[in-house]
Amino acid sequence: MSDTKIVDARGSFCPGPLMELIAALKDISVGDELEVLSTDQGSAADIPEWVAKVGHTLTANFEDQGVYHLRIRKAK
Amino acid sequence: MKRIVIVGGGTGGTILANNLARRLERELEAGRVGITVLSASAQHMYQPGLLYVAFARMAPAELSVDEASLLRPGIDFAVDPVTAFDLDHKEVKTQSGKTHGYDYLVIATGSRALPENVPGLKESAHHVYTEEAALKTCAALKAFEGGRIAVVTGVPHKCPMVPLEITFMMYEYFRDRGLLDKVSFTYTYPIGRVHSLENVAKWAVGEFARLGIHYETLFNVKEVDGAKRQVKSEEGGTLDYDLLIAVPPHKGMEVVETNGLGGSGWIPTHRTTLAMEGREDVFVLGDTTNLPISKAGSTAHYEAEVLGENLANLVTRGLALRAYEGKVFCFIEAGKDRATYASFDYQHPPEPQPPTRAIHWFKLAYNRLYWNSVRGLL
Repeated sequence: MSDTKIVDARGSFCPGPLMELIAALKDISVGDELEVLSTDQGSAADIPEWVAKVGHTLTANFEDQGVYHLRIRKAK
Repeated sequence: MKRIVIVGGGTGGTILANNLARRLERELEAGRVGITVLSASAQHMYQPGLLYVAFARMAPAELSVDEASLLRPGIDFAVDPVTAFDLDHKEVKTQSGKTHGYDYLVIATGSRALPENVPGLKESAHHVYTEEAALKTCAALKAFEGGRIAVVTGVPHKCPMVPLEITFMMYEYFRDRGLLDKVSFTYTYPIGRVHSLENVAKWAVGEFARLGIHYETLFNVKEVDGAKRQVKSEEGGTLDYDLLIAVPPHKGMEVVETNGLGGSGWIPTHRTTLAMEGREDVFVLGDTTNLPISKAGSTAHYEAEVLGENLANLVTRGLALRAYEGKVFCFIEAGKDRATYASFDYQHPPEPQPPTRAIHWFKLAYNRLYWNSVRGLL
């Protein structure tokens, strides 16, 4: 597995953290992980919903000092 | 002599070159600074105008002028695209075989729509991201006499208001033709609301309800079956259509990828200095960055103004003073004669106001004033 790619979507209103995640997943291989950083509270719910719907795996979801960290493993 | 090389003659590259030429006028005249713009095209296109081409409200000839005519005196301009970046040796090589050394390099090569990256999309959908595509969309809309219109949006894409704008403009286009009772609209969007900007999404949902436009969220187009006229989504959904309108997924330019500067053609960029990650003498502008902000002309414009001031200060004083704070401004056409706008940055979300005729007319005026904007006069 390669190093985890960080998607720094702090302060992203448009396109926003979920759109950044969808774009970034195109650049990693199946089985690799990436971590989204977000300051948008809504993304802590939106991203897990989308990840579950598409079938990827959410491996971490926590908040630290106002920044949400969501780690996703690409499944397909 | 300090040499500044700008790769790309689009909105960002042109505004930056003119900004620098104004700030460094004395240095340019004295030969202490050189500014070179290397572009892949002799023509500069106002890309947002393609949306209006699709509705026969602008002509392609109105959207392009000679790039050389936009640049201030003293700027060296060549239609000679860069093919190789040698950042360790501070030089770029061009298609013609020339080598340009630099003290500061700015990469502003833009992005491109790639409908071919979604199976079936290129063959089955219409879009407005090239002149040819916009003209075909115009013809398709004119020929359409009724049926199901579907709008799908790929990720990432530039001009983030286009999915909403083209939907509202189509609604009024078919209303004016007296076909609304024969046309249905289904708008889809990749995330859990109808636009990235929450306040814009709230406004748009109200408009959709008022106009009877259906919508489906969490819909990322996976493939299109042109024979069945059906779109399949990554999330497992399907959508039937008679006319398919797409905002295709985008990538940065191929030369960025082939030179290993960034995945999918997006260069890792510092969010406030606009420096390429790991480099102090290379900067990135506009669509080419990997920043989590809108890929839009206004983004490139605001970035170019910050970078112009910083580069001028770096050349004359050895330090950069300003930070890019994520400023973006986007008009939003809400139909054929009303518009609103979204203005935001890294810290402040937009608060769009109800659409008005005045904002629409300002947008139409800006379509003409753009050329003064890139010249640095506006």
